[in-house]
Amino acid sequence: MSKQITVPFGPQHPVLPEPIHLDLVLEDERVVDAIPSIGYVHRGLEKLVEKREYPEYIYVAERICGICSYIHSNTYAQGIEKIMNIEVPERAQYLRTIWSEYSRLHSHLLWLGLFADGMGFESVFMNAWKLREHILDDLEVTTGGRVIQGVCKVGGVRRDITPEKLDEMVKGLKGMEPALHDLVNVFLKDSSVSHRLRGVGTLQKGDAYTLGAVGPTARGSGIGIDIRETGYAAYGKINFKPVVEHDGDCYARCAVRAKELFTSIDIIEQCVKKIPEGPVEIKVTGAPDGEYFARAEQPRGEVVHYIKGNGKRNLVRHRVRTPTFTNLPPLVTLLKGCELADVPVIVLSIDPCVGCAER
Amino acid sequence: MTYFQMTKTVLKSLFSRPATLMYPAKPAKKTTLTRGHVTIDPEKCIACRSCQRKCPTQAICVEPKEKTWQIDRLRCIVCNCCVEVCPTKCLAMDTQYTAAMTTRAGILKVTVAGPKKKEPAPAES
Repeated sequence: MSKQITVPFGPQHPVLPEPIHLDLVLEDERVVDAIPSIGYVHRGLEKLVEKREYPEYIYVAERICGICSYIHSNTYAQGIEKIMNIEVPERAQYLRTIWSEYSRLHSHLLWLGLFADGMGFESVFMNAWKLREHILDDLEVTTGGRVIQGVCKVGGVRRDITPEKLDEMVKGLKGMEPALHDLVNVFLKDSSVSHRLRGVGTLQKGDAYTLGAVGPTARGSGIGIDIRETGYAAYGKINFKPVVEHDGDCYARCAVRAKELFTSIDIIEQCVKKIPEGPVEIKVTGAPDGEYFARAEQPRGEVVHYIKGNGKRNLVRHRVRTPTFTNLPPLVTLLKGCELADVPVIVLSIDPCVGCAER
Repeated sequence: MTYFQMTKTVLKSLFSRPATLMYPAKPAKKTTLTRGHVTIDPEKCIACRSCQRKCPTQAICVEPKEKTWQIDRLRCIVCNCCVEVCPTKCLAMDTQYTAAMTTRAGILKVTVAGPKKKEPAPAES
């Protein structure tokens, strides 16, 4: 056996601007073990729930993550609504779906850019972020915020979108599609990108299942788990199929996210066609008494919000399990046995968002 | 595998305007809904403390006796909550972001009209 050395990776690393530290145990150039440690950005947001009233806490819940912010507030609101038996107006459900898909689009484009940057393909990074800017513009026009939208509230949504604006949004997305195809083709068809990704970091279907992989990490390994199929918000009335790839390598995970861009555009288009007229919020009185596990599909996978109230304005407990946290055990498995030079690509391929994994 | 696939993108980028704005020489994009910073119309404020109670970061401090309304710009997360609950609509959201600061400053204290009397004395400090 050759001599083992330990190489620290992160939290300050050029390809991984995330607060996670990995101790990579190497034998020559091969990684034999990876020990992750988190805990750099603990903010105590879950404890704060005891000090803030539940309608105001949604602003805090939204700020758990800076990318999937909207879906965090959506999940929190869903949980409270289930406990209090609030029926959200249908228009609000559709608007929630549209904004969820918009945040998925912007997150996936951000990730495609970062992933390209991680393997040294900087011009694609610029192109992906240029396209993402159009998505962010639409979000800002309709909600007032680029990444922290702040439109979801318990009992509905704060802002309505006019029918003209909805049509304009769909037209904009349809106009973007050729550019998106060009971008996605770089990842799926370019030979040098293929060489970098194919066969790197393969996660078997069984491993993905037992280690609890979620989202594109699981779907890249052939497990068709998509919480959107449970039909929360307006997803129950929309026709769509989750994208599933079977190879389980970095290429498959990349392909899942690339193809999901078009699924999202399709879902938005269907929503705009089906959206009914009506109010977007209802007045909420009283306080939640009970507990609920609210689940939703984030760009990175399934998020779970556990909410417990005791009939007072302040909740008793709020616990979040973010997709990155549950994707860490599969990541450690992926890293065992890979080359040191492949580590950045493999770590980026699970789309780590450690900032929200520990709150 | 076809060749010269990227040529289209390269030519497009070469002959089009830059995708970025020369900020701050050119002003940043803004929309009517953009949340920049909270402003107050002191003459309308009745110091009811609704905004203080609802603020998720406790950035707002209202003293009804001294008739002052104070906001800490560094604590404020610009969530629009106070603007929505204000009963007299004296709070408003400006689309301009506040400038970056190098010291712990940014506390704005305003003397407001107060609960009963109507004193037109909006002295900013």
